[in-house]
Amino acid sequence: MDKNALKQFRFTLDHDGIALIEWDMPGRSMNVFTEDVIRELSMIVDHVASDPAIKGAIIASGKPDSFSGGADLTMLEGIARRYAETAKIKGEETAIREFYDETRHLTLLFRRIETCGKPFVAAINGICVGGAFEMSLACHRRIVTSHPKTRVGLPEIKVGIFPGGGGTQRVARLMPTDHALQLLFKGDQIKPEMALKFGLVHEVVRPEDLLDAARTALRKGISPVAPWDEEKFKLPSNKVFSPQGMMIWPAANAIYRRETYDNYPAAKAILQSVHEGLQLPMDQALTVESRWFAHVLRTPQARAMIRSLFVSMQDINKGARRPKDQPPTEIKKLGVVGAGFMGQGIASVAARAGIEVVMIDRDKESAKKGRSAIEAKIAESVGKGRVPPDKAFETISRIKASGDYAALAGCDLVIEAVFEDPKVKAETLARIAAIVGDTVIASNTSTLPISGLAKAVPDATHFIGIHFFSPVEKMMLVEIIMGKQTGGRALATALDFVRKIGKTPIVVNDARGFYANRCVGAYIREGHLMLEEGVPPAMIENVARMAGMPVGPLALNDEVGIDLAWRIVKATEAQEGAGAVDPRQAAVLQALVEKDGRYGRKNGKGFYDYPAEGAKRLWPGLAAFAAARRDPDAIDVETLKRRFLVVQALEAARTYLDGIVTDPREADVGAILGFGFAPFTGGPLSMIDGMGVGRFNALCDGLRAVYGARFDVPQGLRDMEARGATFYGEAQRAAA
Amino acid sequence: MAEAYVFDHVRTPRGRGKVDGALHEVPTIRLAETVLRAVRERNGVEAEAIDDVVLGCVDPVGEAGGDIARAAALLADYGNTVPGVQLNRFCASGLDAVNFAAAQIMSGQQDMAVAGGVESMSRVGMAASGGAWPSDPEIAIKSYFMPQGISADLIATKYGFDRNDCDAYAVESQRRAAQAWNENRFERSIAPVKDINGLIILAHDEHMRPEASMQSLAAIKPAFAMFGEQGGFNAVAIQAHPEIEAINHVHHAGNSSGIVDGAAAVLLGTKEAGAAQGLKPRAKIRAFANIGSEPALMLTGPVDVTRKLLARAGMAIGDIDLFEINEAFASVVLRYMQAFDLDHAKVNPSGGAIAFGHPLGATGAMIFGMAIDELERTGKSTALVTLCIGAGMGTATIIERV
Repeated sequence: MDKNALKQFRFTLDHDGIALIEWDMPGRSMNVFTEDVIRELSMIVDHVASDPAIKGAIIASGKPDSFSGGADLTMLEGIARRYAETAKIKGEETAIREFYDETRHLTLLFRRIETCGKPFVAAINGICVGGAFEMSLACHRRIVTSHPKTRVGLPEIKVGIFPGGGGTQRVARLMPTDHALQLLFKGDQIKPEMALKFGLVHEVVRPEDLLDAARTALRKGISPVAPWDEEKFKLPSNKVFSPQGMMIWPAANAIYRRETYDNYPAAKAILQSVHEGLQLPMDQALTVESRWFAHVLRTPQARAMIRSLFVSMQDINKGARRPKDQPPTEIKKLGVVGAGFMGQGIASVAARAGIEVVMIDRDKESAKKGRSAIEAKIAESVGKGRVPPDKAFETISRIKASGDYAALAGCDLVIEAVFEDPKVKAETLARIAAIVGDTVIASNTSTLPISGLAKAVPDATHFIGIHFFSPVEKMMLVEIIMGKQTGGRALATALDFVRKIGKTPIVVNDARGFYANRCVGAYIREGHLMLEEGVPPAMIENVARMAGMPVGPLALNDEVGIDLAWRIVKATEAQEGAGAVDPRQAAVLQALVEKDGRYGRKNGKGFYDYPAEGAKRLWPGLAAFAAARRDPDAIDVETLKRRFLVVQALEAARTYLDGIVTDPREADVGAILGFGFAPFTGGPLSMIDGMGVGRFNALCDGLRAVYGARFDVPQGLRDMEARGATFYGEAQRAAA
Repeated sequence: MAEAYVFDHVRTPRGRGKVDGALHEVPTIRLAETVLRAVRERNGVEAEAIDDVVLGCVDPVGEAGGDIARAAALLADYGNTVPGVQLNRFCASGLDAVNFAAAQIMSGQQDMAVAGGVESMSRVGMAASGGAWPSDPEIAIKSYFMPQGISADLIATKYGFDRNDCDAYAVESQRRAAQAWNENRFERSIAPVKDINGLIILAHDEHMRPEASMQSLAAIKPAFAMFGEQGGFNAVAIQAHPEIEAINHVHHAGNSSGIVDGAAAVLLGTKEAGAAQGLKPRAKIRAFANIGSEPALMLTGPVDVTRKLLARAGMAIGDIDLFEINEAFASVVLRYMQAFDLDHAKVNPSGGAIAFGHPLGATGAMIFGMAIDELERTGKSTALVTLCIGAGMGTATIIERV
């Protein structure tokens, strides 16, 4: 082996015959598996195996505090692209064969490490996830450090794929089956001590002792045969077909359905790979895993999820929409005006990110009340062990409560989050502007047009909307709303702020409901209309979740308030005319609010009843809203599912065609993070692209004929169909 | 086409399917031997006249594995020439064994056969044979696998039967079973299980609880509530039938079929073959059918197969005088009666598996025999026998008294 030919690794051999393989990719802060890495590592493994002077090897990282982030997902995208090209030229069967072979490279390399006859030690400091942890699992010993950044895990499931480098097989041979499945399903990153407890690693040492510990272990002797390759090996949960297996598998299958509604092929492939694999010797088990891996990679769900949840998300978080000509802004001090629920959330996430916060309310007492509420919440997290006490103290001490607007002086950004009323907001904004001058001022609003509010400040170019979703601590999406006059500095400041607090921003133009709430409104309305049609309420809720939504439309409406929905419907009617509102929906909302006094969770009476004890239950009185009693077995569940997703996707397409959302990536990522739009679709525009605009239009036409004008296909979609266009295709061409 | 006649049937009493049950000491093969010997010897049938022995068995593993029918025939002195075959259609195996034998006879390929079933649930254990359906993710997920008790609770929830309905049904089943024994209705059909010395081990159904009342049943906790919640199966049920908000867990040991040990055998043949052995037919097989039904509800197959069978036989529900439907769970029978708007008086008049227990592979042949006994007792002519089946199936047979 020519050591000088290695670019991704450093290879050294000590006088004891122990090889140190240091993974250190040039020009990257984090090691990942690329085709070059695979090629070089294969060479190294062959060398270790064949050189009798080498007794064993250590794989470590040359990066200061990370091991590796796993496979480069763009590499998988490349394989998928080649598959499509091969299919065109050589036919589907050859393409699948080549695709299968290519997607096996990693697993075969790892198996080679495991069976080459020399002991390998994975010396892990910092993050080691995905393919990198799968490689470690194939090593004969795993030593991790107690470094605060050290984590191991297999997070593949989060982007719609699964550990296809032997991960499912080795984890299921190290841990009891139910625990292994949970680990693979959740994709969590695991801390060193926990990993040791689970039996996923052998040893935890101080970072400075890592390589010594690895060498010591090798000198003492490590068997170069994996436990599962030994004759005497026993599975941790006995055989699959055994009384013990019968206690595990039926429930595992049921829990899979409960958690995924059978919408995620990757999760099912984990189950299937483990179930089949545990009945086979390792080499065949890996073959089975590879077959499922190749299968899952070719599913539209995996492709859509990799694109939206990994590639697009990364682009957006890296500032795809940030104006390049704006110098970076550093938000050291943030002003939050309004110490209510939203203001508290914003102050809290900002303080947690290390930003000094001045929280203002009408008087000092109200502001302090808000601060106490934040303190209580943080104390709760400490109590649950989620936040260390010292960190919690630092966070809360960064928040100053005040009733005096003058305290806003020196802020790098001020966000108002006062009551959602144009007059109140305008007064507040004027008072803020009087203190802070040309500092960027943002309005947190979910309904009011930004361009209208902008009139309250002297210079509208420094004014912008930052729409947080509730609860702020939990919701990862932030809508940045551009008023007509909003300038580049305001946008850059808002994006830099959102990035600093670790949330994902989408930039949208100013219009009623902006982006997310328009789609959410369409979703909730569809639930109201189904109720009116006589679909049993439980069916509305269950089928919405089966369609991939996190919460049923009726439950969601209870959370945001039925009275609010009724107010919005009335406001829409007042401003846009009676035609803009569905009278059936209006009738349901009016009766619930005005006749039955049911406002939602806030007064314990909504579409659901909220008993003091036990779970919420659908209000039996909902039966009265059904125009007709229908036999549930005669209702087509697939049509209901389609209505829920199509009505939202159509609304998303309209906002895009109207220029409110301008980037398909933002529409998709925003929908998934903001309102949980069926993640397996990749988002609403991915869903349309995936099925093709023509098919989507035909679907809408079919629904239009039965369910009415809300399924009208906009001219823009007809034009796209005529051009044979896709959202992503056109956006990429426009960008290029 | 030849016609298949029934000459006789016997069953063992059903022993409680636990380690302290009377039949726990008796190997599966001896249960089968008991009924095979009884049905042949008391009718004086020459072994050479029997073309096949067909036995249902749902967990054919361990001592019940490897074609228990041939082994039992040999042990019962049927001689070398009588073959045996074991079949498995889960809970309808015993009835399907009868149907398979009848089909051979009706097609002219056999003249005389013994059909029935055997299950020692105390010795082999329920679900001991495993299988892909509950375990292998692809099929388990696709078929909405859940334990039968949760399907039974789903049926109750979907069709509106509450805990009281199910308990009341169970109390009535126990009452009828006790009355049937008191009136010696089973006198002719029970073959006591004896030891090697001829001493009787069990001569009476052991699982019955004639003292059961609404009050005593009310004290029992639902059996499947925790399993449904923690095992994820409630969610499976709801995804299959999303109009349901929450599963109402109504079933428990007192309103579900009991776990028991037992065996049954039926002697069938052509009229001529019977005459050659000096036998008089007691009943004729008119028609039978199998069907697959919605697998999540799983246990509503009897409704579907009854519709199919009546249509095939050119009959209406009103043409049936007597129904024997296996009492796997109270809701199964309640749903069946609801679907056809049946008078309870016509259904399971001598009680059912809630009182007697349900020795899985044998029950079909047992309730088939009970139907014949009841037709003879009441002088009625036509009966329909049906069972619900795992994975969503139904088997049914229509018989006529002759």
